[in-house]
Amino acid sequence: METVPQFFRHGPGPFTRLFVFILLSCLLIAEDTRLKYFPQFRQTIGVIIFPLQKIAYIPASIYDQIGEFIASFYLLEENEKLRRIYLDNREQLLKLHALEVENVQLRKLLGAVQQIETATKTKAVLAEILSTPRDPFSHKITLNKGSQHHIQLGQAVIDDQGIVGQITQLYPWSSEVTLLTDKDHSVPVQVVRNSLRSVVSGTGRNDELELRYLSVNTDIQQGDLLVTSGIGGVYPPGIPVAAVLRIERDPTGDFAQIISTPVAGVDRNRQVLVLALVQPESNESQEIPAIEPGKN
Amino acid sequence: MNPGKIKEGHVNKDHYIRQDVFVPASNWFVAASLIAASILNFLPLQGEFLLLRPDFLAITIAYWNINYPHKMGMSVAFGLGLMMDVGNAGILGQHALAYCIVVYLTLVFGRRLRLFTPVKQAPQIGLVLLMMQWAIVLVALSTDSLLPDWQYYLATVAGALLWVPVSYLFTLLLRQKPDPDAL
Repeated sequence: METVPQFFRHGPGPFTRLFVFILLSCLLIAEDTRLKYFPQFRQTIGVIIFPLQKIAYIPASIYDQIGEFIASFYLLEENEKLRRIYLDNREQLLKLHALEVENVQLRKLLGAVQQIETATKTKAVLAEILSTPRDPFSHKITLNKGSQHHIQLGQAVIDDQGIVGQITQLYPWSSEVTLLTDKDHSVPVQVVRNSLRSVVSGTGRNDELELRYLSVNTDIQQGDLLVTSGIGGVYPPGIPVAAVLRIERDPTGDFAQIISTPVAGVDRNRQVLVLALVQPESNESQEIPAIEPGKN
Repeated sequence: MNPGKIKEGHVNKDHYIRQDVFVPASNWFVAASLIAASILNFLPLQGEFLLLRPDFLAITIAYWNINYPHKMGMSVAFGLGLMMDVGNAGILGQHALAYCIVVYLTLVFGRRLRLFTPVKQAPQIGLVLLMMQWAIVLVALSTDSLLPDWQYYLATVAGALLWVPVSYLFTLLLRQKPDPDAL
């Protein structure tokens, strides 16, 4: 029997250890991407790293505070400017309310199904972007609000320009948002110009979304704005999503290749809004359109 | 081979001698440096800074395994990698695998790397970091991701450049304090 003094004993060699850990990580990768047996594991690590993320955020918040301090010298000007914008917006909001009421009346006249909920009614929570991933593979960001702040899975996240993404992973004090550009992410949209409905999907590249399965002769133009259609019940209707960048109509193919860019930008601002889940109305209040047989 | 042919200048004698008087790094110091590196990795950067951001944790892990082998094992690197994966919202196991590869490479080549000054070590550390990034890319490709463009590798260049100041900083912190009561 071989006797090795304690001093020289280092356990298995580096290669053996590497092999064991490669096996272990392959198992974890398979678990995380395909099987998903232990979602709590990720949660636990999320809680452990939260203090570190919080400390890492301190420089950013100091930078923000200095920025605010400098901005406070221009408060009067800014106040005036904001008041002007407020008045402008107020006017538009009043018009919108009038239109909404009119719309409801007209819909009642038509006997159409009430829209699920209008965009002006949704509640929102302000959240800050805690971290953006370093590698280009994960199109996700982490926010500083979690299940303790009543954030729920599936909530839509927007910035001042439009849709940013959707909450896909919850931790107690933070949450993950899958961005529009993620290759597994799709949003039901409609074209503002002609209310053509479709689904826009991420491609996995930055600043690039794709409108799939629209035929070559579809009425769509460069610069068309796509807004959420509200179908599917995840995103409230009428929020800007993307603008059509270029269209390639290949006559030999069945579908046109339509590339668009998201209007919201996560790299521009640090604050985002988390919209409350769209609550489907109860069945009683929904009016089912009366279709008279034999009329068409 | 004629031993006379080896030039004196190739081996940095001062570096060798200085290394022997290092105080052994305490476990607390290793732990503190790893935590500090993870915090640096979590900094909320955006835009161009994000592209250039080197992996501070990988550099720290490489430093400990080159200069103080067996101070931190592969299991610690694996655990830290899992933390990075959750922080980066990536695939669980991606960075864990990458950091284990860093530990392996620096353990195997550590004794050779120690012959060089930090400036000469930098390109070799760059190679280690490149291997690490390829491991990350491979894992990402297994889940149908696209190949990243060349800018992704800027982080490796930044990491290799950062190796020199980081290495000198640790050397400075670990140097034995002159003892006035000696002799």
